[in-house]
Amino acid sequence: MTPMLRASGLAIPGRLHRVGVNVEAGQMVALIGPNGSGKTSLLRAIAGIDPSSGSVAIDGEALWQAPPGRRLRLLGFLPASRDLAWPISVRDVIALGLPKAEPDRIDELLACLELEEFAHRPINRLSTGERARALLARALASRPRLLLLDEPLSNLDPYWVIRTLDILRDEVGYGAAAIVSLHDLGQIERFDRVLLLRGGALVADSTPDAMLAGSELPEAFRISRSDGNWRVSRPADRRSSP
Amino acid sequence: MRKAPIFLILALTLLLAAFHLATPLSPLLDLRAQDPSVAALLLTEIRLPRLLLAAGYGAVLGMTGAALQALFANPLASPDITGSSSGAALGAVIGGYFFGATGPLVLAMFGAGGAAVALVALLLLAGRRSDTATLLLAGLAITLAAGAATSLALALAPSPFAFYDSFDWLMGSFVDRSLPQAAAALVPAGLACALLVRHVKALDMMALGEDVAASTGYRPRRIGTEIIVLSAIAVGACVSVCGAIGFVGLIAPFVARQIMRGHPGRALPWAALVGSALMLAADLGVRLAPAGRAIPVGVLTTVVGTPLFIWIVVSMRRRLAA
Repeated sequence: MTPMLRASGLAIPGRLHRVGVNVEAGQMVALIGPNGSGKTSLLRAIAGIDPSSGSVAIDGEALWQAPPGRRLRLLGFLPASRDLAWPISVRDVIALGLPKAEPDRIDELLACLELEEFAHRPINRLSTGERARALLARALASRPRLLLLDEPLSNLDPYWVIRTLDILRDEVGYGAAAIVSLHDLGQIERFDRVLLLRGGALVADSTPDAMLAGSELPEAFRISRSDGNWRVSRPADRRSSP
Repeated sequence: MRKAPIFLILALTLLLAAFHLATPLSPLLDLRAQDPSVAALLLTEIRLPRLLLAAGYGAVLGMTGAALQALFANPLASPDITGSSSGAALGAVIGGYFFGATGPLVLAMFGAGGAAVALVALLLLAGRRSDTATLLLAGLAITLAAGAATSLALALAPSPFAFYDSFDWLMGSFVDRSLPQAAAALVPAGLACALLVRHVKALDMMALGEDVAASTGYRPRRIGTEIIVLSAIAVGACVSVCGAIGFVGLIAPFVARQIMRGHPGRALPWAALVGSALMLAADLGVRLAPAGRAIPVGVLTTVVGTPLFIWIVVSMRRRLAA
């Protein structure tokens, strides 16, 4: 069986070194790595935002060549930035994620992300966490085949961290796939698979259990686990406080 | 889309255009009584170019203002605030006094060149998606530099009447322009605006950030370059015929976004319509002023527009503080 997402040879000079990823439908993939390891670059490269070499196909269809309306059906992209300049209502922001008007789908998303009371409020007047939910709703709106989410859990309270992961689980249950970058190692067990980036290269690709048990993760993050808690490795090398 | 205000503005614009053409009515009626063909000439040779220029220039300022604001993700980016109008005036002055350009189309090309240089300077100074303070300061620097260079060019111009001539020209006025002049301004500007309108959807998507727009298949960089070039052509052509006119390009997109529920792209055509209405109203205001005192229309828009500009700045600051 051919995988749903086939991305190969993705390279951005100085940031990403020929990374290839295949993802099956129904898979929820966590993307982890230290600051500056290329998580955002990889998500942007798959989405075709940065001009990079390589190729990306979703169900065999070349993603970068698809026209705007079609792309919304193939890909849902959530950037890490939550800054928005214009006072567009939450409802209208979600509508931008749909190639044609689907008021029922918008109602469904507003209910799912508990945004009904903000539906007509300008998105730039919401709190960062509320804005994050509205932007996630836009990325989910057209039920895209592939979700690329850059730190969707940041700025969320514990309730919404769990709810967001539940919602993603539902979405991949319908046959989509998701690649989600995150920093909270405590959440990676909720994923089917974990990709570890380091210095712009993919250094490990395994199940969450194998990733947590292996040596690549502690090496990449310069941390180690003792008594069930993560600690900084080699603290003697550096002064522990300024 | 709110339908009622759109019909209201459309009706208002048409009404203003009719008023503009008919004001003042008495010379028209007097001439008609003596010789109807002379009355017709008054309408087509004198009043029609003025009407077309006022409505067209207003539309150009509205649309280019809306496009630049959408591109820079800032409600204060407009042809005048970014210095492109001043750049266009400088280009036209250099073309007219140093290269002996007299044909309106050649002057329009110099104007477009000046506006393009100013917009590229803005990109180099402030970058895209800069914060408001940087954008305003860069625009101010360009406006000051272009204004000083224009004064210098006029002072050094071979023609001893350059300063005197240019008052009527650069202060922004629609008086005594011919139909060929109107065509030289409005044909290139109209084409540029027609090409700008193609990006309505992309500019709405860019409201969610350039990355989201790029992920949905638009090319923000290419669109940005196109908007800069097309705005320069449209503004430059109009400025070379009528001079720089401020604030319409700032206010019209602001009003249009209120109608289009904040969407910066969808606001483009309506910003053009609102810009037309504003400019017609301003030129009517100038016409209705006591006879013998010809106030340039650009002075009126600045007097009326400045308080609105200050209000937008203050409300933006409040929102940032909140």
